[in-house]
Amino acid sequence: MINFQNVSKQYNNSEPALTDVTFKINPKEFVSIVGRSGAGKSTLVKLLIAEEKPSKGRVIFGHYDVGKLKSKELPKLRRHIGVVFQDFRLLPTKSAHENIAFALEVAGRKHNEIEDLVGEVLDLVGLGNKGDNFPRELSGGEKQRVAIARAMVNRPDVIVADEPTGNLDPMNTLEIVNLLTQINALGTTVILATHNKDVVNQLSKRVMVLENGRLVRDEEGGRYSLT
Amino acid sequence: MATALYRLIRYGFQTFWRQRLLTVATMVVILLALLVFQGLIISGVVGNTALNAIQDKIDISVYFKTNTPEDEILRVKRELEDVEEVKEVEYVSRDQAYQRFQERHQGDETITKALEELEENPLSASLNIKAKNPEEYASVASFLESIVSDELVENITYNQNQAVIDRLGALIRVSRQVGVLAAIFLTVVAVLVSFNTILLGIYSNRDEIAVMRLVGASNLYVRGPFVVMGIIYGIITSLLSLLLTAPVIFLSSPYVRLFIPEMDLAGYFTSNMFSLLFYQLAFGIGIGILSSFIAIRRYLKT
Repeated sequence: MINFQNVSKQYNNSEPALTDVTFKINPKEFVSIVGRSGAGKSTLVKLLIAEEKPSKGRVIFGHYDVGKLKSKELPKLRRHIGVVFQDFRLLPTKSAHENIAFALEVAGRKHNEIEDLVGEVLDLVGLGNKGDNFPRELSGGEKQRVAIARAMVNRPDVIVADEPTGNLDPMNTLEIVNLLTQINALGTTVILATHNKDVVNQLSKRVMVLENGRLVRDEEGGRYSLT
Repeated sequence: MATALYRLIRYGFQTFWRQRLLTVATMVVILLALLVFQGLIISGVVGNTALNAIQDKIDISVYFKTNTPEDEILRVKRELEDVEEVKEVEYVSRDQAYQRFQERHQGDETITKALEELEENPLSASLNIKAKNPEEYASVASFLESIVSDELVENITYNQNQAVIDRLGALIRVSRQVGVLAAIFLTVVAVLVSFNTILLGIYSNRDEIAVMRLVGASNLYVRGPFVVMGIIYGIITSLLSLLLTAPVIFLSSPYVRLFIPEMDLAGYFTSNMFSLLFYQLAFGIGIGILSSFIAIRRYLKT
């Protein structure tokens, strides 16, 4: 479903952020991408959601050649991918409920449908009673759960989480990771970029290790070890 | 499509309300710009009326000797009327001049008596000439001299008032030019200031725009609410500007009339209220829409 073919990415004149990365991710997989800061995890995520274009190689997602999409075609791609970030990226002027509903509204879904779905995912992430709160009124863990709810409400094929637990305490980290596992169990592919050793080891799923922009290891049931 | 439109308008109002501080700050700036813009329109009208009034008071008259045949005077009149620069020529016959003189000096017994004692009407027939442009009197005067022989002419007033007429003409011309330049300059300032304010407002929303893009919002959905906000800005500020101007206009109208009797400011304001509102709506909404479009273009690429 996701296919990186000899992908390299170099930002203006600096060291390459990714060099010749090739891998495949199948539907319903749970993949952790690990590596030190600056190893290229975020770049990989950005390439997948077309926030950046590859300098070399191809990024394929389903039937999209992601690197070649025009700015007008991006919204369609992005409705297939739910993204969760370390800094939550919620819309500050919208309540939790509205933040989630927004992802459906821009996809042109009907009002009744939206109300049902939003209520459902809010319950799923355990925030059924906080829908009317604005992001500034929520804790870090709650914000991240809203972000996850927003990412999954469209029933995307993939959820990409870039350091989703980076700003959270161990308790909240655990909850978020459990939530991601739960979503994966429902049939959604999850890609988790992290440098949290405990999280990866606890998951014992496929692990891809990035080092200086190169994919140095890729194993099922892997553990977090950087050499 | 209707749903999308409804949602865009709702988002617009929502952002408008929930970012009140930014909204108010932006609207104050647009309001000031609109007040300047409206001030320009109104002072343009006042200035124009004043200049026209002054211009209308300038004329030159040619007084013919009392023995000049009327046919000759009418011939001169016709010839003058064919001249491009001439706006109008009024013929005042000797009888009319006599009548006007009497009317003007009614109740002045010495003059009435003196007139009665004269057996003949002592007044000259005259042509009153107005030029289209005050600076053309010199050429009109010289044309006049070329078509009537000196023997028939008693007096041409231009020759006495030449300096004043020329100076007034130049003054009127410069005032109009300065007025136009000032208007252009201030309009550009007003546009740029409002434009930049909206731009900064949108700039402060750049992260949200990026998020909207990330969750799959198309350009329409990202841009729409800002355009809606721009329209709301335009409507509210135009109404406010008109409301703020109205009392000033009605209070100052009598004083303006003291200086320029031809100018009925309050009357102008009431009869042109809708076109003033329309100009400001166009200005406000135009700036709102345009700046939203340009500002967001930058953020729509990723």
